[in-house]
Amino acid sequence: MTPTEYEYLRKFLRDHSGLDLSADKQYLIESRLLPLARKAGISGIGELVQKLQGAGSGALVTSVVEAMTTNETFFFRDKVPFDHFRDTIMPEIIKARAGRRSVRIWCAAGSTGQEPYSLAMSLKEMGAALTGWRVEIIATDLSQEVLEKAKAGIYSQFEVQRGLPIQMLMKYFKQTGETWQINPELRAMIQHRQLNLLHDFAQLGTFDVIFCRNVLIYFDQDTKINIFNRLARQIEGDGFLVLGAAETVVGLTDTFRPIPERRGLYKPNDARAAAAKPALAGAAPRVAVMAGR
Amino acid sequence: MKTCLVVDDSSVVRKIARRILEGLEFEVTEAEDGSKALEVCQHKLPDAVLLDWNMPVMDGFEFMGHMRRLPGGDQPKVVFCTTENNVAHIAQALSGGANEYIMKPFDKDIIADKFAEVGLIPVGQAMV
Ligand SMILES: C[S@@+](CC[C@H](N)C(=O)[O-])C[C@H]1O[C@@H](n2cnc3c(N)ncnc32)[C@H](O)[C@@H]1O
Repeated sequence: MTPTEYEYLRKFLRDHSGLDLSADKQYLIESRLLPLARKAGISGIGELVQKLQGAGSGALVTSVVEAMTTNETFFFRDKVPFDHFRDTIMPEIIKARAGRRSVRIWCAAGSTGQEPYSLAMSLKEMGAALTGWRVEIIATDLSQEVLEKAKAGIYSQFEVQRGLPIQMLMKYFKQTGETWQINPELRAMIQHRQLNLLHDFAQLGTFDVIFCRNVLIYFDQDTKINIFNRLARQIEGDGFLVLGAAETVVGLTDTFRPIPERRGLYKPNDARAAAAKPALAGAAPRVAVMAGR
Repeated sequence: MKTCLVVDDSSVVRKIARRILEGLEFEVTEAEDGSKALEVCQHKLPDAVLLDWNMPVMDGFEFMGHMRRLPGGDQPKVVFCTTENNVAHIAQALSGGANEYIMKPFDKDIIADKFAEVGLIPVGQAMV
């Protein structure tokens, strides 16, 4: 690949998904895009770049952008954030929202669904404490392909053994041949939507909890700052932001502050005016009312 | 150093498991069937047992029953590791006293995740 082609693709990816590639990631581009080109009957990176530059390449743009995303995820990834969710976040929310008995949670890069389903299972495990509560989990991702998989909730034997305790597999999944599908009751708790974090997301409304894990690491500093600032507008004044193990707001923005001794947890800083945010546009919100046991 | 007893009638599987577990800083002993494993446990109980199901002489499920009745036999964490991958077997293992369950084939990540799950290794270690 020529330096000009590489620079074109770098800029293309930064513009479309925020992916910030350093100057030496040619191998990554080739390993992800050559198979894609071959399938599309395109001879190589050179021709691919020409096609991207040409008009009417919408489907190709999407497949190039999606091919360059890293979708790796596990159930209860890193465990600690989910312990915090159970032991710190939800107890506070349950107290603070005792009046309206509803909670809105956003998984801002939900990938193939392991993260939102882990949250759904955690909520189920809370049992009586949430009986009668309206629970809304919105899982978004840039990639349509991972969203389809998340919606189906079907996982391989390998995937259900990464991070998922065996008791939870038994309790919340149904085996069909070599695969395992998460129960309809949990699937019904989650609304899946395509969303690019580079674009406006104000229409999603305001959340009590935002999980935004292992996606900002791929972005450059300005993009991170921009996203943090916009996330701050979608979070309740007493809400929680949860980041990945390698991510932080420190040194980037003061819209959030880390919670001491709760690694990965952040609180919004200013008590922003509770300006009424529009509710979900488009599809009717999927709200699960938690049943008792 | 924590100890792990690997019980499997396949020497290849035992070797792979040993390599993974030594990487997770376990001292590993091996047994090729349930009755040999029981002898090891009567001598000294390990911290963990990685346990195949189908083996000649005594199978893994029967072994677990005997081991759990030894003095202190409720202590070791038992992680099944078997090609039996259906709900009935998993339920039977759990009600018989297993702590975790791995469906073969397995790899280092799965063993590390499952061992972290039952507290045999710190969570962070599963990530390396
Ligand atoms: C490594 S996964 C993280 C999944 C999950 N949050 C976790 O921590 O396990 C990163 C996800 O971010 C998505 N992604 C990448 N760029 C994005 C963007 N600009 N907007 C929304 N999602 C994006 C990818 O499609 C991928 O599914």
